[in-house]
Amino acid sequence: MDARIQKEARPDTMLINMGPSHPAMHGTFRIMLELEGEKILNSEIEIGYLHRGFEKTCENKTYFNLLPYTDRLNYVSPQINNLGYVMTMEKLLGVRVPERATAIRVLMSELSRVSDHLTCLAAMAMENGAFTVFLYMMKAREFLWDVIEATSGSRMTTAYIRIGGVRADLNDEWRESVKTALVETRRVLKDVHGLLDKNQIFLNRTRGIGTISKEDALSYGWTGPCLRSTGILYDVRKAHPYAIYDRLAFDVPLGEHGDNFDRYVVRMSEMEQSLRIIEQVAALIPDTAPAVKADGIEPAEAVRQGRLRKPGQRIRLSPNLEGSEKDRYQDILTRDAPVCVPPKEDTYTTMEGLISHFLFFMKGYGIRPPKGDVYFSVEGGNGELGYYIVSDGTDRPYRLHLRAPCFHLVSAIEQLIRGRFVADVIPTFGSMNMIGGELDR
Amino acid sequence: MEKETLIGEIRKRFAAEIESDAESLGDQVLIVRREGLRAVMAGLQAAPFDYAVLLDLTCVDFLASENRFEMVYHIFSLSRNRRLRIKVSLPDDNPVVDSIAGLWKNANWLEREVFDMFGVAFMGHPDLRRILMYEGFEGHPLRKSYPWRKEQPRIPLKD
Repeated sequence: MDARIQKEARPDTMLINMGPSHPAMHGTFRIMLELEGEKILNSEIEIGYLHRGFEKTCENKTYFNLLPYTDRLNYVSPQINNLGYVMTMEKLLGVRVPERATAIRVLMSELSRVSDHLTCLAAMAMENGAFTVFLYMMKAREFLWDVIEATSGSRMTTAYIRIGGVRADLNDEWRESVKTALVETRRVLKDVHGLLDKNQIFLNRTRGIGTISKEDALSYGWTGPCLRSTGILYDVRKAHPYAIYDRLAFDVPLGEHGDNFDRYVVRMSEMEQSLRIIEQVAALIPDTAPAVKADGIEPAEAVRQGRLRKPGQRIRLSPNLEGSEKDRYQDILTRDAPVCVPPKEDTYTTMEGLISHFLFFMKGYGIRPPKGDVYFSVEGGNGELGYYIVSDGTDRPYRLHLRAPCFHLVSAIEQLIRGRFVADVIPTFGSMNMIGGELDR
Repeated sequence: MEKETLIGEIRKRFAAEIESDAESLGDQVLIVRREGLRAVMAGLQAAPFDYAVLLDLTCVDFLASENRFEMVYHIFSLSRNRRLRIKVSLPDDNPVVDSIAGLWKNANWLEREVFDMFGVAFMGHPDLRRILMYEGFEGHPLRKSYPWRKEQPRIPLKD
């Protein structure tokens, strides 16, 4: 089968492939270009190289089990994907989340947003020749990921935000690591402003290029920083406030022209606002309860003792359960309905605990929302990240659909690069923040 | 009460096309007849309703039901800051609906995805092809009748 562009191309023009494997195509993404000299007459985009059947897989997983799959959508800001999914489920189930867990969620999603913007701009700057910016921004991202790693145990695929709350409480040293991350990120942002804002090479390649009008941006369903770069004020955190965003002070930066440079400026200012939010949330969260001392008995010992009577001593949990001790459950997980994993201490020592553990994980049990359908969205790194879930009353979704923000962004690229030069494809594509996992699902 | 009057106005304007309305967990839902979809969408996009953004477009396969496919549209009005869900049912033997690619530009790709995944055809779509799956893929993977772990034969290499 020939592609559409091959059939429609004029005989005297040149057809050339960018991608699917191209250093500037952020994963696998193919643009076929019809060129006259260096000018792009037409283009055709081919996506789907990273399609892994996310939606089909989710139909065959329980509501609890499919959470790690959402990490792999936008793998630069997995916590926002988690948040979108669990808040959709919470809307469907009607559960309330403890205050502390909500604040931790906001903290984590803002850290993720900053790292998402950093990654996008770093790649965009590198592809335009500013390798220093790339290295500086990656350095800042490391500090943000240190916080995420210390909290959730992993850097990218965290599965940290759970239905009803979060998996574990913050660790003891979180305040210092957040403070370091803020200082380092602010320093990098200042450096990057100095390196790029008046950089003639960068300006020539971004200003007035990839321009989109307000009407077209709306017609293409653009959301997030890309829509705001055209001057339209729409941010899910302001329009439909979720979690505790209505109590936080932050501005929504707007652009003017909707070109590549404005998208860069909007992302840079948004990071500063996110850092502001992180500071406010960090002040809202009370100090972590003193660490539960690891001087308890081993689980196996507890099981042996528990055969006769409930052991009086504390149980030493495995290190990967750090932060989710039973004492902390009331702060980090809801008690409205049985939607969270029962505490491990109970599972090891009491019959009732073991039964409730099995009732949570057994096929056909666990989280069973009422029949119905629900749509909920959060502000993701590159736009409105929405989930549409249809429940038929069983323990797995009848249908789960993701509204991927970059699907809408990328569909506009053909129009944005028409009539431009080949070199303009790179910054235009870079400023979109295409994430393959979310685009192709 | 603005919510009710808005839905009332919409229902009055498109009395022939709208079957019923409902509320699901705080979201407004309109159930539209298949023949009237394009007219309703065009009307809602324009003033005074001003639903300028097509947020999402997808499909659900209710295998056992008489009207097997249900198209689900989410539209959003910036000026009113309000979302609206629109549903259209399509029969199993003839899953065809009018395309709205002429109204919203992102509908082009979204409808291609639904065509790819569910085999729903869109009348008037400018370029209805597969988008996520490859040419030569057999069947429509998100249909409930498509087995989860089904394997497909290899396709020949392209030149």
